[in-house]
Amino acid sequence: MNFQNDFPVYKTYPNLAYLDSAASSQKPSCVIDAMTQMYQSQYANVHRGLYQLSEQATIAYEAARQTVAKFLGALEDQLVFTPGTTASINLVAQAFLLPRLKAGDEILVSRMEHHANIVPWYRLCEQTGAKLIVIECDELGQLDLQAYAKALESHRVKMVALVHVSNVLGTINPIASCISLAKARGVPILVDGAQATAHMPVNVAQLGVDFYVTSAHKMYGPTGIGALYIAKDHFEDMMVYQTGGNMILEVDFDKVTYMSGPPKFEAGTPHIVGAIGFAKACDYLSSIGWNQIMAHEQALLAYLNHALASFSDIKVVGKAASKIGVVSFVMDRVHPHDIASILDHHQVCIRAGHHCAMPLVRYFGYPALSRISLGLNNVQKDIDQLITALDQVRKIFA
Amino acid sequence: MKGLYQDLIIDHGTKPRRKGIIENPSAKERGHNPLCGDQIEVFLEIDPDGVVKRIRFEGEGCAISIASASLMAEAVEGRPAEEVQALFENVHGMLSGKGHDDLGKLEALSGISQYPMRVKCATLSWHTLMAALKKMGPVSTEGV
Ligand SMILES: Cc1ncc(COP(=O)(O)O)c(C=O)c1O
Repeated sequence: MNFQNDFPVYKTYPNLAYLDSAASSQKPSCVIDAMTQMYQSQYANVHRGLYQLSEQATIAYEAARQTVAKFLGALEDQLVFTPGTTASINLVAQAFLLPRLKAGDEILVSRMEHHANIVPWYRLCEQTGAKLIVIECDELGQLDLQAYAKALESHRVKMVALVHVSNVLGTINPIASCISLAKARGVPILVDGAQATAHMPVNVAQLGVDFYVTSAHKMYGPTGIGALYIAKDHFEDMMVYQTGGNMILEVDFDKVTYMSGPPKFEAGTPHIVGAIGFAKACDYLSSIGWNQIMAHEQALLAYLNHALASFSDIKVVGKAASKIGVVSFVMDRVHPHDIASILDHHQVCIRAGHHCAMPLVRYFGYPALSRISLGLNNVQKDIDQLITALDQVRKIFA
Repeated sequence: MKGLYQDLIIDHGTKPRRKGIIENPSAKERGHNPLCGDQIEVFLEIDPDGVVKRIRFEGEGCAISIASASLMAEAVEGRPAEEVQALFENVHGMLSGKGHDDLGKLEALSGISQYPMRVKCATLSWHTLMAALKKMGPVSTEGV
């Protein structure tokens, strides 16, 4: 299986080994073309024009919502377009949790959260005197489920916020169990699916989750747009968040009535063309199908792990039994930033640093990690190129 | 790549000179770059004439930041503290790709200006040194 031809970046850089899809994925032609086409021949603002072009754009925008919703196992009236995962989590924190949070209340997060799933809750704690309770993980990078169940016994827990797949360790968390446990205690749960939705099927209805968030740009779609799934019964009991045009029914200076459903949380002109690209990215993934996608990525992951295992100076961080194609590592004597800079010289793109997960990287005892992440655009040659470049790193630092 | 990882950088980055601490220093300061995790502590012994008699540093970081600290320590030791400000400005000019006077061995760092993301690695030790000197007040920075 080789999907490289789908990605025009390789026309510009034929020898590129792009191993940073977890930060943001490259874009297939079909997504770029759909967006160009929208701008060229279907473009107008949505939900306001009484002319045909605007009507067409509105239909396309709402069809995109339907596509993305279906892709995630949601109904279209449960799916809010936001600027991305970070924006979605802030929205849920402020519009849902803030009004029901008191000093001493608890919010459960895990050790392996991205800053996007820590700081918005931390901010709530600053605002209310609530506190963050951290569920630890083991040295393999697996969530401590027992500790999680135990923490849920506290009647002060008002929210759970968990990452579906770790962007540093690649760990796939047993999210269905985590959701059932929270639901059994009547605690609402948000799942950060930023690293999940491009790599495995997700069905929010089956999961029974309260909030599920993801970003299009990690799913071969455009930047600036993401999806926030809100379980139906929560729409009404959330405050408004950003306010302005589009999210209102009626405005006067002394009275405003708001829309219900997704428009309630889509103030202002949305990222119309982004939605079109997002839907196309979902279609792209669907057209390949999960069996192929997962087989492709797992085969590359096995190949990569095998290659790395032959080096005694490389230590992989994060060895959960269930992983996506994300591999963080350290190399003896060479700092991750030096590795990434030298690899870049060999047209190998990896990420180095704290990966927006400082508490996790610190927990493993390193100031920084190097991270390889795999996507549909990758082939075995990319990994061979990586291994050759790592040899060069070794030579330079010999 | 040679521009970034010249032999001198690798040499100083992997075998830093003047690493260590000074007991009862005239001044010391910590520097931290939370974004990349680099940490450094600079120790100074300034003699009564305002000359940097000894400089040592402790730290953790990438080869660029350690090499920069090591080369800095070599360049600064034995100089009057009042000259350090001018040296710093010169190095800063070089790292930000602006014009600068010849800096001898420190020129090994010049390639870094091509890599904006790495410039802060090279400036951390210098900023920390300047902060240490500033702490000492006019005695050190003006070499009274
Ligand atoms: C697990 C996880 N959560 C949240 C985010 C934040 O996503 P975004 O930057 O698209 O808002 C990312 C990506 O950076 C991530 O990997």
